[in-house]
Amino acid sequence: MNNCINVEIAEMKIARAPINLISIGIGSCVGVCLYDPVARLGGLAHILLPDSRQSRNPENKAKFADTAIPALLADMVAAGAIKSRIVAKIAGGAQMFAFAQALDYMRIGERNVEAAIEALRKAGIPLIARDTGSNYGRSIRFSTLTGKVYIKTIAHGEKVI
Amino acid sequence: MGYPLSLTGVQLDALREVGNIGAGNAATALSQMLNMRVEMSVPEVQMLPISRVAATVGGADTYVAGIYLQITGSAPGSILFLLPLADARRLVRALLKENLRDDSICFGELGCSALVELGNIMTGSFLNALGMFTSLKYIPTVPSLCLDMVGAILGSVLHSHGVDSDTVFFIKTDFRYQGDCGVGYLFFLPEAEALVEILNSLGVFK
Repeated sequence: MNNCINVEIAEMKIARAPINLISIGIGSCVGVCLYDPVARLGGLAHILLPDSRQSRNPENKAKFADTAIPALLADMVAAGAIKSRIVAKIAGGAQMFAFAQALDYMRIGERNVEAAIEALRKAGIPLIARDTGSNYGRSIRFSTLTGKVYIKTIAHGEKVI
Repeated sequence: MGYPLSLTGVQLDALREVGNIGAGNAATALSQMLNMRVEMSVPEVQMLPISRVAATVGGADTYVAGIYLQITGSAPGSILFLLPLADARRLVRALLKENLRDDSICFGELGCSALVELGNIMTGSFLNALGMFTSLKYIPTVPSLCLDMVGAILGSVLHSHGVDSDTVFFIKTDFRYQGDCGVGYLFFLPEAEALVEILNSLGVFK
């Protein structure tokens, strides 16, 4: 797809309509989509982990929910978005493997979702839609023209949020 | 802890040998299980950005079966055995003499447990050989199976490696049988401190 920018794991990008943002194969990661519907400007962060404070090397802001969301917001405002218009949608946070011992670090998907919601709340960005949890991977296409997020899965159908 | 910034030629050779010994043992076990000749590639020793790992197995949206277990002990890490769907289907057929439809994306309870058992045997033989070679104790968790996009599987496996580093170290070996039928890819992913432990045990960590 020519009019798409691919956002890989632990990356974040912004795009203006008609360029769309995509992330392929989101498992326990979370795709955070921020959208200014007037400027038709979107930002997508493909976060891997919930909390930068647990890292000895938190330089890559896009990797952690708590740092990716403020950084993505700042990039969007710098590109002309108005903060009060920005809304958020999130997708992902699955638990891909079922383990008998459900240790804390195995609930990574759930913790990523909680951390993303908390970071959005702190930033004052309303979360208007989500498709999170369960045990399957998702690929997302975020339309910067409409703000819609198209979600594809292998065995669990398609969805638009 | 971060990974050692760069590995010397001697260290890379030692790690390739670790992969060779582990994977050789796994290939023998698989060959006995299938009663067929199983071949393996020379293990690749790589340090890659997390976002580039999926490209080594066909891209993030490739549909695969993944069997994953974690290793605890003094050299923590993960082992992931990835089988592209067509290969997984062929193996389940060979193991169970059962007719799976070509477009089937579901393996049934028996097919899934055959895949888990296959992964269990491959990874167990790999770790046994590794334990003898490095004199370290690797304690594996029970393996778990997931059928999904490779990107989604890798994200879940690599998150613990990604805490302190954007790159991940792994040893990857490809297996084939009966001439040209693919079996899958075995990834051994020692965490940074485990990599140091392994190099130490082999006497090549300065």
